[in-house]
Amino acid sequence: MKRIPSRWLTPVLVVLALFATSCGSDEPAPGTGARGGDGGEQAQAPEHPEGSTMAAIQAAGTITVGTKFDQRLFGQTNPRTGEVEGFDVEIAELVVEAIGPEVEIDFVETPSNIREIAIEEGTVDMVVATYTINDARKERIDFAGPYYVAGQDIMVPAGNPLGIGGVDDLNGKRVCSVQGSTSITNVRELAPEAQVTEFPLYTNCADAMRDGRVDAVSTDNVILLGLVEQYGAEVFEVVGNAFTTEPYGIGIPKGDDQLRSFINDRLEEIFANGEWAAAYERTVGTVSEETPQPPAVDRY
Amino acid sequence: MDVVLDNLDRIAGGLGVTVTLTLASWVGAFAIGVVVASFRVGPIPPLRVLGASYVEVVRNCPLTVLFVVFFFGFPSIGITQPPFTSAVIVLSVYTGAFVAETVRAGVNTVARGQVEAARSLGLGFTQVLGLVVLPQALRSVVGPLGSLFSALIRNSSVAYTIGLVELTLTANQIALETAQFVPVFTGVALAYLALTLPTGLALGVIERRVAIRR
Repeated sequence: MKRIPSRWLTPVLVVLALFATSCGSDEPAPGTGARGGDGGEQAQAPEHPEGSTMAAIQAAGTITVGTKFDQRLFGQTNPRTGEVEGFDVEIAELVVEAIGPEVEIDFVETPSNIREIAIEEGTVDMVVATYTINDARKERIDFAGPYYVAGQDIMVPAGNPLGIGGVDDLNGKRVCSVQGSTSITNVRELAPEAQVTEFPLYTNCADAMRDGRVDAVSTDNVILLGLVEQYGAEVFEVVGNAFTTEPYGIGIPKGDDQLRSFINDRLEEIFANGEWAAAYERTVGTVSEETPQPPAVDRY
Repeated sequence: MDVVLDNLDRIAGGLGVTVTLTLASWVGAFAIGVVVASFRVGPIPPLRVLGASYVEVVRNCPLTVLFVVFFFGFPSIGITQPPFTSAVIVLSVYTGAFVAETVRAGVNTVARGQVEAARSLGLGFTQVLGLVVLPQALRSVVGPLGSLFSALIRNSSVAYTIGLVELTLTANQIALETAQFVPVFTGVALAYLALTLPTGLALGVIERRVAIRR
């Protein structure tokens, strides 16, 4: 192959970069939730303070939201439609609706370990991805919400052969959770004698428990409920004794207080008008027994 | 870099697992590689086919896939090993295929006359291979084998997929607890360099020591 002279390299790269950026926004990627225009309620465009993030998003007509694509009940790609569905997705849609009913949402996948960096680098405008609010994360980003409070629980083989009733019983047992979750840290702190195993995926933990390699799986109760649904109630059961509170918040860039209070106002609105409960019942509510009270928004 | 300094003991622990895993797997890979290379250059057709199939199958599978299949798939056929043993087996089998090809290349550099001379002295196939061919073949491929060893150090990080707490998974844990990915992973990249760079230097020395001077 003929070599490209190095003096050509820069212009060629610049042209390629221009191409990449100009083409990027035209085509909606798979997983794009088209909210704008399909709703029955054609509200007039809300007004936002000049120079605010909300005004900028409204003017652009699109927003990029980070969520998980593999989190049952919260954000999971539907294999039939290719669209991502779940409670996080519905919350994002309800929030964006208030920014502008015509704004299109582009959902991108943000697994646990890239959430902060995606917000900091601006590749997403907000993250709604079973994102537990904590102080270490608040150093780098800000949280609106919480919009849901989960609790860490324990899943055991059906029939609970070892009689695990709570977190104290995990001492001396083989416990599994997923890499990069706060669940691991909690188990280490609350049951220091537990032998902790960590895998990349929750289904890895479930497989390991089915094969008898671990005695228990511990993480947020809603995720465990999803696993029980997936593997069957004759295989696994959830102990039902939550030992932490995991407030799920909406991650936004640090210092954007205007956007944060806007989202908080909107969350309180949907808590009050029943849209939050309806979204819950369509998603998480399909496997949990009753719809909880919405949490109190934390305006720190 | 405070996060790195505060967690130095954990990083050292992870580094220890990475080093043990690499050394144990290298022993396995080297043994597999020499045996398979002997099969492939040997006179017995079934063994030649066996060696060739092994190399082609293993070499053309992504390492992550091998890890997941062995650790999460094999229990259903009754093979259940703990993470460390599984990692040693998978890395040995994987790297062994590359070692086999490298050793075979080395065998091909040994002059035909050497084999003919050895056979005319009455040596059998194993003696020719073990006493005459392999000592010369291995010396000529010290450099490529060194690259494989260095690749093995880095490949050992894939063991995180089966939950083995080696250097990379340790870094992941610390990064998540502190939400500081860049300093932690920079520190860990330096730790890997601290392993691979001296390996490269040591190999240069070994290569010069064992060079065949004519």
